[in-house]
Amino acid sequence: MSKTEFPPSITSRPVYGELEARSGSGHLMIADAEGAEAILDLAKSTDAAFWAKAHIIYIPKKTGTKFSSQLEELGAGQYYAGPSYEAAQSRIRRALQDCHMGTQVYLSGTESLMGQAMAEATAAGIPHTAIQTEHRGSTARRMQCVHCKGITEDVTTDPFECSHCGLSLFVRDHYSRRLAAFQGVRVDAEDPGNIPEKVELFK
Amino acid sequence: MSAGTAKLNVTVAEVKPINDLVTRFKFVRTGGGDLPTFSGGAHTVVEMQDGGITRLNAYSLMSNPADRGAYTISVRRDDQGRGGSRFMHSQVKEGMEMVISNPVNLFSLDLRAKKHLMLAGGIGITPFMAQMHQLSMMDGNFELHYSVRTASLGTYAKELSERYPGKVHIYHDDQKEAIDLKTLLANQPLGTHVYVCGPKGMINWVHSTAGEMGWPREAVHSEEFLAPASGKPFEVKCAVSNKIVQVGEHQSLLEALEAAGIDAPYLCRGGACGQCETNVIGYDGKFLHYDHWLTDEQKAGGKHIMPCVSRFEGKTLVLDR
Ligand code: FES
Repeated sequence: MSKTEFPPSITSRPVYGELEARSGSGHLMIADAEGAEAILDLAKSTDAAFWAKAHIIYIPKKTGTKFSSQLEELGAGQYYAGPSYEAAQSRIRRALQDCHMGTQVYLSGTESLMGQAMAEATAAGIPHTAIQTEHRGSTARRMQCVHCKGITEDVTTDPFECSHCGLSLFVRDHYSRRLAAFQGVRVDAEDPGNIPEKVELFK
Repeated sequence: MSAGTAKLNVTVAEVKPINDLVTRFKFVRTGGGDLPTFSGGAHTVVEMQDGGITRLNAYSLMSNPADRGAYTISVRRDDQGRGGSRFMHSQVKEGMEMVISNPVNLFSLDLRAKKHLMLAGGIGITPFMAQMHQLSMMDGNFELHYSVRTASLGTYAKELSERYPGKVHIYHDDQKEAIDLKTLLANQPLGTHVYVCGPKGMINWVHSTAGEMGWPREAVHSEEFLAPASGKPFEVKCAVSNKIVQVGEHQSLLEALEAAGIDAPYLCRGGACGQCETNVIGYDGKFLHYDHWLTDEQKAGGKHIMPCVSRFEGKTLVLDR
């Protein structure tokens, strides 16, 4: 899956880079779906010693086993594949608790995965500027409804219906690092019932 | 000459020799009253009227930031220096009235840190003393590793070990004790910030070792005030005030501007804060950039100079002042 170029936006919108191997006492990699490809690309410039100190936490989502065997073959000191972010969360927290300063954190895949893992890593004490990210795969968004505060995952259209309160929400670029979510606001607030046609914005 | 921060009129309440090199000074507000609050790591610029010369040196505040009744600094005598520390040691007596600046903090604690690892060398201990006061009041997690030449020159080493049992580690140069930096850094929990204050070599060592070990740059903090370097006298033309100023051998460019009555900003007078940055309008000669504010590119570009520490050699220098 090719990389997405995000158009310029407001400053709260996260920007992503390209993963590169950095020196450190350990390497914690958290990825979902096509995010595996970013790790496999990074592997082209690393050796076995690097992977011995690595811990990969991978959530394949719809990609099934497409990348997981390749990731496993990298020979990471620890490798884990889980069915969902929620399932992996306690492992991510534990991994962050156990590691020391000098550990490098690499996040790749969807914005939802990167945002949530970023919030965990910064809460554990790593400055967000020191965490590497690379976007791969779906551009679907994790959205918070500003009215009911419910979070809807994998939003691909604008507007979309809040999965909690059912309002039609306009997809904003306004992003909360704490919630790892974009903000959705009622699209027909001023003119109830006047809901524009849905456009598929994200894949 | 109003170019620093607001001034405070103070009276010297105590002068106490601590060891062969270091003397401690306590200031209270002249006429009574509270002093402004500060945060651990802050410094004050002390004005010294030394004969016809006004000397201004920055010293870290080492007292408890919660104590607004007095400020305390410690001054290490430098016989090779330009005279500020000698003045403090020989001329400043209890009861004397002096002028100091409001506190400025260029070395504050990052309070998002889960743990504060402090590395001090010699007189570099002083900012940490205020920080440790601050952290112990907030029940913060900290650890000090303090490198001293000998036990007798270990300024406040004994007192700190007693005040913060288990948190203070002293290393004596003369006993070949050295901080095992690699091991120390390798064992720090996530969320630790490291702070270093001491000689240049120590600061560079900590920055480079931490960098190699994968520490984020934002988690490594240091402070070093440079003493203005002496050098060949030179002349500078100030375009805005339309004055020609001579900079003496042992005078800094900033001091020369001040002596000529030109308003020149500063906060640290040690090449660290960026406040004195001045645009160069024209020059023929070479800059001696001693600051650690400008980037290497800016230093090579010839468009900026930091008058508090840097000098010039050559025919003409025209500044935007
Ligand atoms: S006064 Fe701070 S850099 Fe010159």
